Amino acid sequence: MKLEERARELEAKARELRFHIVDMVHAAQSGHCGGSLSAADIVTALYFEFLNIDPANPDKGDRDRFVLSKGHACPVQYAALALRGFFPVAELRSLRAMHSRLQGHPVQGKLPGIEVTTGSLGVGICEAVGLALEARLRKASWRVWAVLGDGELGEGAVWEAAQAATKFGLDNLIAVVDNNGLQNDGYCRDILPLRSIPDKFRAFGWAVLEMDGHDMEDILRTFGKALLITGSPVCVVAKTVKGKGVSFMEDKRDWHGKAPNAEQYAQAVAEIKGGPA
Amino acid sequence: MESKEMRAAYADTLIELATTNRDIVVLEADLMRATGTGSFQKLFPDRLVNVGVAEANMVGVASGLSATGKIPFASTFACFASRRVFDQFFLSANYARLNVKLVGTDPGVTAAYNGGTHMPFEDLGLMRTIPGLTIVEPSDPASCAAFVRLAAAMYGCVYLRLPRKAAAFLYPAGEKFEFGRAKRLKEGKDLVFAALGSLMVGECLKAAQVLAGEGVEAGVVDVLCLKPLDEVTILTAAKATGRIISAENHQVMGGLGSAIAELLAEHRFGGGFKRIGIRDEFGEVGTQDYLVKRFGLGAPDLADAARKLMKES
Ligand SMILES: Cc1ncc(C[n+]2csc(CCOP(=O)(O)OP(=O)(O)O)c2C)c(N)n1
Ligand SMILES: [Mg+2]
Repeated sequence: MKLEERARELEAKARELRFHIVDMVHAAQSGHCGGSLSAADIVTALYFEFLNIDPANPDKGDRDRFVLSKGHACPVQYAALALRGFFPVAELRSLRAMHSRLQGHPVQGKLPGIEVTTGSLGVGICEAVGLALEARLRKASWRVWAVLGDGELGEGAVWEAAQAATKFGLDNLIAVVDNNGLQNDGYCRDILPLRSIPDKFRAFGWAVLEMDGHDMEDILRTFGKALLITGSPVCVVAKTVKGKGVSFMEDKRDWHGKAPNAEQYAQAVAEIKGGPA
Repeated sequence: MESKEMRAAYADTLIELATTNRDIVVLEADLMRATGTGSFQKLFPDRLVNVGVAEANMVGVASGLSATGKIPFASTFACFASRRVFDQFFLSANYARLNVKLVGTDPGVTAAYNGGTHMPFEDLGLMRTIPGLTIVEPSDPASCAAFVRLAAAMYGCVYLRLPRKAAAFLYPAGEKFEFGRAKRLKEGKDLVFAALGSLMVGECLKAAQVLAGEGVEAGVVDVLCLKPLDEVTILTAAKATGRIISAENHQVMGGLGSAIAELLAEHRFGGGFKRIGIRDEFGEVGTQDYLVKRFGLGAPDLADAARKLMKES
């Protein structure tokens, strides 16, 4: 299939993810819409195109490992796992409910397909280094994809992991930074200016690629390139919009961790289902 | 009963203090909108330092500011204020004998929907092992405001544990508080609850009411200060009734239950004793009401423990 055609299919899939993100956060009346929506296209491409995973055999040894280092955005991962067949789609509405397997942040072992536990920012990327290092030691072929927030880059542990990954030459590790420009208290440029994320990772010895995190063709091409890089870990800096796909959530600090009410939910669903491709 | 958000009590008091004391500074690590100090930032933009998602750095910076004579209040969720910054708080602030006030919000089950990653049942246990640290968990907005004022006035490190949600006033505005002093909220001749924090003090008062209907008179001590612990008040109350139940929104290991057990054992208290708190478990997602039931922290659990104690001793 041509890349352009595949991109159209994945765009439709991303729309499904977006619907479920808003739907489950609305059902829970709690959770993080903004950072889940900004990562929706990236996560769709990974789960439906790149990750070597098998819902029928979620623990198969050579599977690729996905790490959501920005664990608060777990609605996007839960949606992808359900749509990919790891558990029933109907279960998505149990987000943050009593006894639910869909905890407020991803918990390893609770749900098939969750590789590590995250939720404290800065821990996931370190775990990802461990997962990638083990593939290296075993001479196994699996890759590790980690998705980080740009606010998360404030945590020192991210840079400890970045240096370790370089030391071990982990070219099986690909970190995708969801560069939506917002963190909890406001714009990153006001709260903790990052200056150039690509320059930072380059200085730490990583290969760096940049892409538009909402342009599916660009995502497919860039991830494809990332797979070909050898000798160093790869950082993909994805330019994104927080809340992407729901006009009133886009680029709004207040939609970091807020649930839509009934009216907002209806509008969001209408926009996601009816919006342009 | 009148109530107020605990975080508003915290922020309002910081504003009141900062108006006359230029040394008061507030530090945040990208959770200002949760901890409620946005109102402080509006009035004192130069004195609110937001370091981004970098709690360890926040406590290190607070320590540096303290070394120059400032009085820093650093706030974040209690899970990060304890686990993530323990070394910085231990070494840079406490061991260095500086003057850093660390504020942990959303303690224990009040972290509710955020789930196990964000639900600290261990922060008090960690903090209690730091030599000389003062540890307070206010029980209402009035005690919160009072202890923020006391913390600013006293030289030395303080850990303030604070649910951010609204809590009912238990004390009038002018009530006097002191570090190391508990309050006897309710007298009772049969047994005494020693409770820490607004959630558990509230549940103990409810349990005492239920028990009163059964002819059991339960007293309630509002512990307020875990360290230094008001040993005299707690021991006197325990000895007067011969029965004491500790109640905390935290592991029974390392927190209030442990502190009272140590006290009782060292003073050869021979009466009945039970601990209400989390029993060697991690947190999980849910509403606060569900979690209170799930972990056995509610008034029915407290009343049950009291009934057992009445039978046993
Ligand atoms: C160690 C830690 N500190 C604070 C938080 C609370 N928190 C959750 S999300 C967030 C902001 C994250 O911003 P970013 O990484 O940019 O995420 P995104 O914009 O993609 O949602 C904060 C401070 C946390 N989960 N972990
Ligand atoms: Mg961001």
